[in-house]
Amino acid sequence: MIVNLHRFLERRRPVWSEFERRISAAADAPFQRLELDDLRRLIELYEEVAADLVDVRELGGESELRAYLEALVARAHAEIHALREPAVRWRPGRWFAESLPAAIRRRWRAGMLAIAIYAVGAAFGAAALIVDPAAREQLLPFDHLRRPPAERVELEQREMSARGDRGEREYRTFAAWLWVNNVRVSLLVLALGMTFGVGTAAVLTLNGMLLGAVAADFVVAGQTRFLLGWLLPHGAVEIPAIWLAGQAGLTIGGALLGTGAAARPPLAERLGAVRTNVLTLIGAAAALLIWAAVVESFLSQHHEPRLPYGIKIAIGVLELGALGAYLWRVGRAGREATSG
Amino acid sequence: MNGAAPRLEIRTPEGVTFALPLAGPVSRMLAWLVDLAAITAILVLFDRLIALIRPLAPDTAAAVRFIGIFVLSAGYGIALEWRWRGETIGKRVLRIRVVDRRGLRLSREQVVLRNLLRAVDQLPLFHLVGGAAVWLSPVAQRLGDIGANTVVVRVADPAVPDLDRLAPEQFNSLRERPDLEARLRRWLPPAAAVVALRAPRGTDARAHTHFAGWAPTHQSVRSPRNSSRGPYGTGEARIGSPIGIREMT
Repeated sequence: MIVNLHRFLERRRPVWSEFERRISAAADAPFQRLELDDLRRLIELYEEVAADLVDVRELGGESELRAYLEALVARAHAEIHALREPAVRWRPGRWFAESLPAAIRRRWRAGMLAIAIYAVGAAFGAAALIVDPAAREQLLPFDHLRRPPAERVELEQREMSARGDRGEREYRTFAAWLWVNNVRVSLLVLALGMTFGVGTAAVLTLNGMLLGAVAADFVVAGQTRFLLGWLLPHGAVEIPAIWLAGQAGLTIGGALLGTGAAARPPLAERLGAVRTNVLTLIGAAAALLIWAAVVESFLSQHHEPRLPYGIKIAIGVLELGALGAYLWRVGRAGREATSG
Repeated sequence: MNGAAPRLEIRTPEGVTFALPLAGPVSRMLAWLVDLAAITAILVLFDRLIALIRPLAPDTAAAVRFIGIFVLSAGYGIALEWRWRGETIGKRVLRIRVVDRRGLRLSREQVVLRNLLRAVDQLPLFHLVGGAAVWLSPVAQRLGDIGANTVVVRVADPAVPDLDRLAPEQFNSLRERPDLEARLRRWLPPAAAVVALRAPRGTDARAHTHFAGWAPTHQSVRSPRNSSRGPYGTGEARIGSPIGIREMT
C-alpha cells in the first residue's frame, strides 16, 4: 500500500525507467533472442511494475501515473506473454511434403463440401444450357464464350495456321493477368468464408455453373476434343486451386458456425485453431495458380494444327494424375503431425 | 460500437488488468486513406521503373507490372504490419496499431490473415462492410480482425509523470501528511482528491473552498475501521469543510 506518494515515486521511478528501457530494446529487436539473465530481469521488473499498478489503482486519483503504468504493463504483456513463433525458418520442402497434404486431409469435410458445391453448380449450368438454349447469353457472360463452339474452333485453328511465330501474342502478359485475376477470385472465395461460408458457396456455385455451361455448349456442338484440349491442361490445376480456396473459405465458415465439435469452444479459439490450415490452403491455391496461368497462356491457347489435341489432353491427364498421386501419397506420415 | 471511447480490458495471468483504448471507424478510415495515398505513390514509382524496361521487353514489362501492382497492393499491409509491429504508414500517422485481441504480440499468421480477409471487408466498395462491422462490433473489429483475432488500438504512450511537479514543496501541506493524504484518497472521489492534493502551497484555502463547494454540508468523519469501504458514495460521512479536514488529523 502506498503511504507517501512522493516517496513511492522517488523509489520506484528508477525501476520503471529500467523496465521501459528494456521493453523498448526488446521491441526494437523483435527477432533477437534475449539472454536468459535479461529475460529473468525483464520478468522480475514486469512483476514489480504490475504490483505498482495495483497499488496506484488502490490509491485512487493519479490518473496520469496510472495511465503510464498501464501503458508499461500493456507493452510488457505483449512482449512477455507473446505467443512467440518458433524460430525455425519456413521450409518450402517441408511445407510441400507435410504441411499442405496434412491441412487438406485435416479439413477434408470442407474440401469435399467445396467440390460438391462446385459440382452441383456445374451440373446446374450444364442442365440449364441443354434444357434452355435461349438462356445461353445469360449463362455465358463473356463475349468470347458466346460465339458458337464450331465457329470458335474454326477461328482458333485458322489463327494457328496463319501465325508464324509465338511472339505475336503477349503470352507473359496474359499469364500474369490470369494469375492475378485467379488469385483475386481465390482470395474472395476465402474471405467470403466470413459470411459463415455462404458467400464462398455462392462463388463456387457460380464458377461451377460457368464451367458446366461452357462444357455442355461444346459437347452438344460436337467439339468435345477441342474442349478437353483447351481446358484440361490448365483446368486440371486451376479448378483444384479454386476448390482449395473454397476449402479454406468453408473451413472459416465452419469455425464461425462451430460445426464439428461436441463442446463449442469460444469463437476466437475456433478461428485460431483453423488459421494455420486456412493459410496453408490459400497459399497452395496461389502456388497452383502460377502453374495454371503459365499453362493456360503458353499451352492451352495453342491448338491444332500446331499442337495436336491428343498431346494437350495427355498433358492434362498427366497433371491430374500427378496432383491426385501427390494428394493421395504425400504427407500421409505427417497426417497427425500438423495440427490446428 | 457503444460509447464514445471504447476500451478493451485485458487481464494478465498475474491478475493485473489494464485497458487499451480502441480505435474507432473514423480514425481507421483516415489511416486507410493515408495508406491508400502511400500505395498510390509506391505504384506510381513502380510504374516509372517498369517504363524503363518496357522498350526492351514490352511483354515481360507488362507481365511484371500486372504482378507487381497486385503484390504491392496486397503486400503493403502485410509487410508493414509485420515489420512495424501492427503499424502501417497510415496507422503511424493516426497513432493507431493492430494488436492481438489478448494484448499479445501479433503473430505472422494473424497479420497475413487479417490482410487477406480485407477482400470481404472492402465489399461492396470503400470498405463499407468492414466499416459497418467496426461500427457494430463491441471491440471495433472488422471481419478480418475477427478472423485473425486482432483489434486496432490507439497508441498510448504517456510520459513519466513529472516528479518535480509532485514535489512536496510545490504543494500544500496535505502532501506533508501521508496519513491524511491516504484518508483523503480513500474517502473522496478521485478527482476531488487530486484537486486537494495538487493545489499549490498557499492555496490551501482555495482547495478547501473547493471541497466546501463539492460537499457543502459538513458531516462527521468516521474512522475507516468503522466501514469496510470508504464513506464516499455511501453517505456515511463526508469531508465538507476545512474543519472536517482538521478533524481528521
